[in-house]
Amino acid sequence: MENTQNGQPSVHDGPETHNPYMQTLRMLWNDKWAFISVTFLLIVLACAVIGPFFLDDLATKQNLRGRNAPPFDFSTSWSFWLGGDALGRPLLARIIVAAQNTIFVAAGAVFFSMIIGTSLGLIAGYTSKTLSQVIMRLADVIMAFPSLLLAVIVLFMLDSSVFNLVIVLAITRIPVYLRTARAETLEVRERMFVQAAKVMGASTPRIIFRHILPVVFPTLITIATLDFAFVMLAESALSFLGIGIQPPEITWGLMVAQGRPYLTTAWWLSFWPGLAIILTTMSLNLVSNWMRSALDPAQRWRLENVGKKSG
Amino acid sequence: MWGRKVDNRLLEVKNLSVDFHTSYGTVHAVRDVSWHLDRGETLAILGESGSGKSVSASAILNLIDMPPGEITSGEILFEGRDVLKMFPEERRQLNGCRIAMIFQDPLSHLNPVYSIGFQIAETMTAHGRNKGETRAKTIELLKRVGLPDAETKIDAYPHQFSGGQRQRIMIAMALALKPDILIADEPTTALDVTVQAQILALLEELQQETGMGLLLITHDLGVVAEVADRVVVMKSGEIVETGTASEVYHNPHHPYTKKLIAAIPGEGEMAEPLNIETKPVLEISKLTKHYGALVALDNVSLKVLPGESVAIVGESGSGKSTLAKTILRLEEATSGTALFNGQDLISMDAKDLFKVRRDIQMVFQDPTQSLNPRMSIYDVISEAFVIHPDILDRQHWKARVCELLEQVGLKSEHMNRHPHQFSGGQRQRIAIARALALEPKLIVCDEAVSALDVSIQAQVLALLTKLQSDLGLSYLFIAHDLPLVRDFAHRVIVMQGGKIVEQGPVGQIFDAPREDYTRNLIAASLSPDPVIQAQRRATRKELQGATS
Repeated sequence: MENTQNGQPSVHDGPETHNPYMQTLRMLWNDKWAFISVTFLLIVLACAVIGPFFLDDLATKQNLRGRNAPPFDFSTSWSFWLGGDALGRPLLARIIVAAQNTIFVAAGAVFFSMIIGTSLGLIAGYTSKTLSQVIMRLADVIMAFPSLLLAVIVLFMLDSSVFNLVIVLAITRIPVYLRTARAETLEVRERMFVQAAKVMGASTPRIIFRHILPVVFPTLITIATLDFAFVMLAESALSFLGIGIQPPEITWGLMVAQGRPYLTTAWWLSFWPGLAIILTTMSLNLVSNWMRSALDPAQRWRLENVGKKSG
Repeated sequence: MWGRKVDNRLLEVKNLSVDFHTSYGTVHAVRDVSWHLDRGETLAILGESGSGKSVSASAILNLIDMPPGEITSGEILFEGRDVLKMFPEERRQLNGCRIAMIFQDPLSHLNPVYSIGFQIAETMTAHGRNKGETRAKTIELLKRVGLPDAETKIDAYPHQFSGGQRQRIMIAMALALKPDILIADEPTTALDVTVQAQILALLEELQQETGMGLLLITHDLGVVAEVADRVVVMKSGEIVETGTASEVYHNPHHPYTKKLIAAIPGEGEMAEPLNIETKPVLEISKLTKHYGALVALDNVSLKVLPGESVAIVGESGSGKSTLAKTILRLEEATSGTALFNGQDLISMDAKDLFKVRRDIQMVFQDPTQSLNPRMSIYDVISEAFVIHPDILDRQHWKARVCELLEQVGLKSEHMNRHPHQFSGGQRQRIAIARALALEPKLIVCDEAVSALDVSIQAQVLALLTKLQSDLGLSYLFIAHDLPLVRDFAHRVIVMQGGKIVEQGPVGQIFDAPREDYTRNLIAASLSPDPVIQAQRRATRKELQGATS
């Protein structure tokens, strides 16, 4: 028996850690970019959760002497270090407060569209042909509507609240996940391990969720992180049209839009919230890249054996 | 045999060492390997997977990715010049033009979006031949490799050809520029036995015609016996034995070579047939399956007794895999019945089928694909208990998984690993453990060992036989490899074009086959003994003469 093991030395064993959390943390630490990104995202999340609670008053307080105050003036209070906006409100405080709406809208829209789209895609890919046809044509209908038009119609009829915005954005993004999930499912369902599960008598939900979903998931999570940026921008576009987030509520996208008339004289109005958007999406991309390796047992060693050079 | 004239020497590999630098340290893929190839000679490099047999050929054609690969020492002399010291431009002139290569899987090495004529012509135009004359030359080549209707088929696409025809096309492509050396990397492994014999005969014929040197990389001693003049046996990157084919077979020196020869199937005692009167565990009658106009199964009837191994042999397309899938209800049958302990599997409803699933299990051909790459071994095996909760209480799962792993010759600490951390043979053991978890009565093995090395094949078969005697299992063993079947089965069923051609006890099928098709199959399978193989070749030619 032993000689078969010599064929492939079991070198893939990472450091044996029994605590899966510690192991995940170590894998995260081994990918420095992912670690920085996670740290950044945690800060953004903290801002989103507790920021408005402390800084709401500060962020809405107008100070007409500080209109379009330039950044890096460290003689002023810390909230003005990134400058002030057209009404003299501190940009730094506003960015922190705006994180809440931005993250809520983007994460909510991405989350709902991913859940709904993936479920429908898996069903369309694995179950009966008729059901698949119905679901796919539904997706075609959504895709045939210009998403902006759909949003305008819905938001005219409903209140333009944060929650409705999430719903609208989620609906328009569903087909992306649906089509990807279905296409991948059609391929994975023919693989032998799915047949093996069928032979064992596994039920359809079990095959879908235990065997197909884990294989499809990394692709979907990659799309989701890319979509995060898209949704943030779509939200700012809607806000710009006046049917999205309504002032005095703020989001990063809205701040970019509000800063647009002053681009030539006060670039920082648009620049700082824009930078926040860029850094957040970039971090998400890096984390998703890390997650793709961390979730794949065959790739995980790349994160577990860092330090030795690979070439 | 080393006394040939030096000017005949086409290629000489001297003290070649190749390392691969991976993140776990350096792997010595090939260590200090020397061999040579003369004009008109066939040299076989024999070895199991991971022995480094393909690496030296890749080094000749500059196919090693550097890094991570590195040629640490040695030289490769082509007509006296070291190719490793040549400029890339010079080497490209050699590749394809003077040294050509054919690969194992002809499907993945032909581009599906171009016609075969275009792809063959491309080899010629890439080396500066005139476009106008290539078409005529291509047709000539296709005719030469025995492709029917070469004039019309030249514009066909790869998917329109069978596996054997594709390999012929690959050979035509390799021969387009009349190379001095043809490197064939497992050229017939993916093909049926009868097709394999044809391809090997074609290679031999072409060699006699052109006088090229043929370098054959293979794991199959039968192929060596059929065509090779000399053989180099490799193990873990080193040459353990060299000599003429019959010398190595009849008088092996190295223990590894001895072990390899001992592991060859088809030499042992054949099993005695079981008592036919026993009540069969599976009884199939008049099973038929149509795919549109194609008849995949045509009135197939057979029985499997308790504790019996029934082998189903046939070429690809004979319907043997369809039969397995139909019994397991992965495909729906068009008509017929399959009684399992008196219950009809074909007409059974989902609820009864779920219960029967416990009793009939399947081991698939490719263990790499039949195990979910994202599940640990514990998850893979214990899934059986999740699906059928009445087998075992949750607290006993771990102990049972350990027991099963030990039963198939693995260790219990392996259960937290993932499938990719195991070798092919180990993965197949895991697949068997998974099948055993449900305590089945019948296991359908669909080419369960064909993807494995010879010595590992022997181990897995020994395991299956042991499990049969311990647990009284029945096997429906689907295979294309006749020697394997000869050692393993009680009864053999020969299928062709969806029909059963012949069935009977293993002794009868191999010693006194009644049908021509069976005789052809047996004659086409390769014996590792060069002397016997020479006799078989004669028989095959006779049979061909009789049929045509």
